[in-house]
Amino acid sequence: MRALEKKLIRDLLRLWSQGLAIALVLGCGVAIFLMSYGMFTALTETRAAYYERNRFAEVFASLRRAPQSLMPEIAAIEGVYAVETRVKGSAILDLPGQVESAVGQFISLPASGEPRLNLPLLRSGRFPDVQSDDEVMVNEPFAIANGYVPGDTLMANLNGQKRVLTITGTALSPEFIYTIGPGDMMPDNQGYGILWMSEPAMAAAFDMDGAFNDVSLQLRRHARSDDVIDRLDDLLDPFGGLGAHDRVQQQSHAFIDGELKQLQSMAYVLPPVFLGITIFLVNMVIGRIVALDRSEIGLLKAIGYSNLEVSLHYLALAVAIALIGTLLGILVGTWMARGLAELYATFFSFPYLIFAVRPDIYIIATALGLTTASLGAIQSALSAARLPPAVAMSPPAPPNYQSSMIDRLLLRARPSQRTMMVLRNIMRWPLRAGLTMLGIALAVAVLVASLFFEDTLEELIDSAFYSTNRQDVMLILTQEVNSDALEDIRRLPGVLQVEPAQMHGAILRNGHLEKRVGIEGRPATADLARILDQDGKVVAAPANGLLLSTRLASQLAIGVGDPLTVEFLTGQRETHVVNVAGIVTSYIGLPAYMEDTALDRLMRRSSTFSYANLTLDPAKEQEFHAAIKDLPRLAGTVMIADTLEAFEETIEQNINISMVVYIVIAVLITVGVTYNSARIQLSERARDLASLRILGFTKTEVSFILIGEIAFLALLAQPIGWLLGAGLATAMIAGFESDLYSIPLVLSRDTFALSSVVVLAAAAASTLLVRRRLDRLNLIEVMKTRE
Amino acid sequence: MDQTLAENAVFRTQAVTKVYETGEVRVVALDGVDLTLHAGELTVLLGPSGSGKSTLLNILGGLDHASEGRVWFKDLELTKLNERALTRFRRDHVGFVFQFYNLVASLSARENVALVTDIAPNPMSPEEALDIVGLGHRMNHFPAELSGGEQQRVAIARAIAKRPEVLLCDEPTGALDSKTGVQVLEALDRINKDLGTTTAIITHAAEIRKMAHRVIRFQDGRIVSIEHNETRLTPSEIEW
Ligand SMILES: Nc1ncnc2c1ncn2[C@@H]1O[C@H](COP(=O)(O)OP(=O)(O)OP(=O)(O)O)[C@@H](O)[C@H]1O
Ligand SMILES: [Mg+2]
Repeated sequence: MRALEKKLIRDLLRLWSQGLAIALVLGCGVAIFLMSYGMFTALTETRAAYYERNRFAEVFASLRRAPQSLMPEIAAIEGVYAVETRVKGSAILDLPGQVESAVGQFISLPASGEPRLNLPLLRSGRFPDVQSDDEVMVNEPFAIANGYVPGDTLMANLNGQKRVLTITGTALSPEFIYTIGPGDMMPDNQGYGILWMSEPAMAAAFDMDGAFNDVSLQLRRHARSDDVIDRLDDLLDPFGGLGAHDRVQQQSHAFIDGELKQLQSMAYVLPPVFLGITIFLVNMVIGRIVALDRSEIGLLKAIGYSNLEVSLHYLALAVAIALIGTLLGILVGTWMARGLAELYATFFSFPYLIFAVRPDIYIIATALGLTTASLGAIQSALSAARLPPAVAMSPPAPPNYQSSMIDRLLLRARPSQRTMMVLRNIMRWPLRAGLTMLGIALAVAVLVASLFFEDTLEELIDSAFYSTNRQDVMLILTQEVNSDALEDIRRLPGVLQVEPAQMHGAILRNGHLEKRVGIEGRPATADLARILDQDGKVVAAPANGLLLSTRLASQLAIGVGDPLTVEFLTGQRETHVVNVAGIVTSYIGLPAYMEDTALDRLMRRSSTFSYANLTLDPAKEQEFHAAIKDLPRLAGTVMIADTLEAFEETIEQNINISMVVYIVIAVLITVGVTYNSARIQLSERARDLASLRILGFTKTEVSFILIGEIAFLALLAQPIGWLLGAGLATAMIAGFESDLYSIPLVLSRDTFALSSVVVLAAAAASTLLVRRRLDRLNLIEVMKTRE
Repeated sequence: MDQTLAENAVFRTQAVTKVYETGEVRVVALDGVDLTLHAGELTVLLGPSGSGKSTLLNILGGLDHASEGRVWFKDLELTKLNERALTRFRRDHVGFVFQFYNLVASLSARENVALVTDIAPNPMSPEEALDIVGLGHRMNHFPAELSGGEQQRVAIARAIAKRPEVLLCDEPTGALDSKTGVQVLEALDRINKDLGTTTAIITHAAEIRKMAHRVIRFQDGRIVSIEHNETRLTPSEIEW
């Protein structure tokens, strides 16, 4: 090994703690990049391949009922490549050995061979026989959650008739990568299943002989989906079309898209922060080494090493640190990616997991790490190259401390000499002090932007459950029924309170802006399912006009008192002009509310309802569940307590994991920045500090100078960090917002306080580590060595 | 200048001037120096502080550029060389010894010498070079474990390991006491005698001039006198 290479290795060993602090920060950036970007590409590609192979449709529409003869007309729409018409229906399932009923989403399989679109992928057993009317294939997660294997049976309430169905196989489908039941907030594989049944059997069970109520389309390559959707809507309108839509509004697709969006923004936001800090740290440390090595650089040049060899030597130092950091990042990133893949496996049902991160992502991550370190070192390496040998051999001129305006102002305050030393040093290196402060502020910001989630979710849960949805159960009916039927529900065992409600699909229009939503009709006196206004006060569903949720109002660019065109997709499909009566808070969905009797009046009909909210006597829950399994026209039930529990459990788990991750991140940033800053300080001022000790200052007094600057910068960084964190939190919330849900911004004092405590503790610990070095400072040695 | 001497010239300068311009101040460090150093010669450069000795040595060694005038190393005109060629020149032909040793702290004595042998075309082994300065037995020691005189001898070993044609020493004994300084001078003298290395030594200890073939005195950036020693003393006979 060449002597210069030995010097490199010894320098690295001597710098191990500083190098490690930098490597950890860089590693963090690499790991997050690897995980988020790697998972983003893996998930995108897996989904694309799955969609392609299993012919996932591009346009979807539901309707009340249309004759099969309409199909050629749909196929003739310009731009349509393939059409699949199906019968869909939902029914209550009675699962043997289970108290609570489950909800089944039934889908027809064509009598003539395999489906053209949305092809289910068989996982076990076989497809149902075309001739049989009691065979079903179920989605694999449902089978696994309930322990079903082909050959098992379950019972279903099909059109008021209880039937025994035999499971012939299990399958997965690109339509149901993410499956969530109506009214649910989280996937519930045990209580919600997809059941495929042959078309003749479906037609018989759901009264759809020679007819269909669901259309999927695949488009030609350059077809414009908006045009196709418009034409399809025109065709389906007379048959109770509920509005066609593209993949963006397909539930499973939309959820995966949301996840992808999050991964992508993570990949684009966090790693650059880490890489930026790494550049700063490498720049600071290598810059200091080059300054310390001044005479050695001169010597190397004097004895004939070229400028290139000398600068490569210092670049190599940075690259070595980068290699360690990148390696750590790759190991941790791979581990995190695996963890995330496991998490996805519980939410998403993919038949094959291309969840391994692609090899080229590793290459990109490595290149990123090396480039970052090189960028940080390049300035110092070049200055080493530029240093003329003759100058390098003579000691550097003392740094140019000047008496500035600020200086004179400060002096008025009569600070101690040591305070002056601290302040002068900050002013001497303003950029470095500024970046150190910014680094610490970023650590605070990262914490604020992750810790606030806890309060935010509490607010979300409080708003979505305790303040608004105070019912125990939602009973969802297959169709609207006359209010008389409310009595049947009231008579069910254990029912304490009943409130009817209506749900109408509708298109809201304001000028050229339009939105397809559900309008909820509720009694003005509703006390279980309540509506809160923006101040958190309970408001009644209005007899005149419509209450819109905030996001819906802003999407339609409409305010209180403005007229809105409402095109109902239910009943007679009437169009009415209704005024906006008010704007209310809602984090889940894009609801719009109206009093139920007002809706009935508008449609000129007697009083009806399509779902009911109930409270139950907990002692009679079992009897209640047994009774509703036989209730006709029941499409589904939502147990609010179960929903809340599932929601809290999932969220809690995720929040805890991510909180740990973010605290680690913030601590790493803080340690990386403060430890290196303090070490550089110590190195630059060892002589000054040793002189003071020789003059008779105590260790504590001397360490004040060292600690003072870091402490000053760390404290100054707190309010900046809070501001940055609040900004980051706001941006994150905006990123999360979708039609499915939004998240309130709740920034409590505790969040800021905890963030600051964590960062300040980490800063104090790393500064104290350096202080220990100061205590061990050998006064004679420091004064003897020539700087 | 007679013919044989001209042929023997290792360094030759012609009206070399060096001017430092730092802000307002203009310092004339060298003011028209004409000088020739001959092959195998040991020269001592004397002169008050700030008279331009180091400046001249740095220019001869290719560490610095002259502001005006010309400098030759044998047939090679140094004043015409660019940075890269000067590096090459130093690597191939020149050995330096400085007042503050300038050892690399993180490398042992042998490794400090190896810094040079790694890149020189025809070096001796680091061990051999250290033997010449009498430090073969200390070669695995780090600079911090060596005395000032020992460190300086390592620096000399490092300078001669490449078998340079010239050895330029700027106050090699400046940081040493007289007794330790003598050991260093003995090493330089032996190298000059045994290897025939042309050697130039800057010093403030006027007594050292007695070991030189020639003594050159500087004042205000000019050469004020050149004298030949008819008889030379050995370093051990010198004390200051
Ligand atoms: N980099 C520089 N910038 C400005 N002036 C310089 C520089 N280097 C040297 N000088 C000046 O040039 C003059 C000659 O310096 P030089 O180092 O050659 O003197 P010297 O004879 O070696 O002195 P000493 O015996 O103290 O080492 C001095 O006046 C010095 O101040
Ligand atoms: Mg000098």
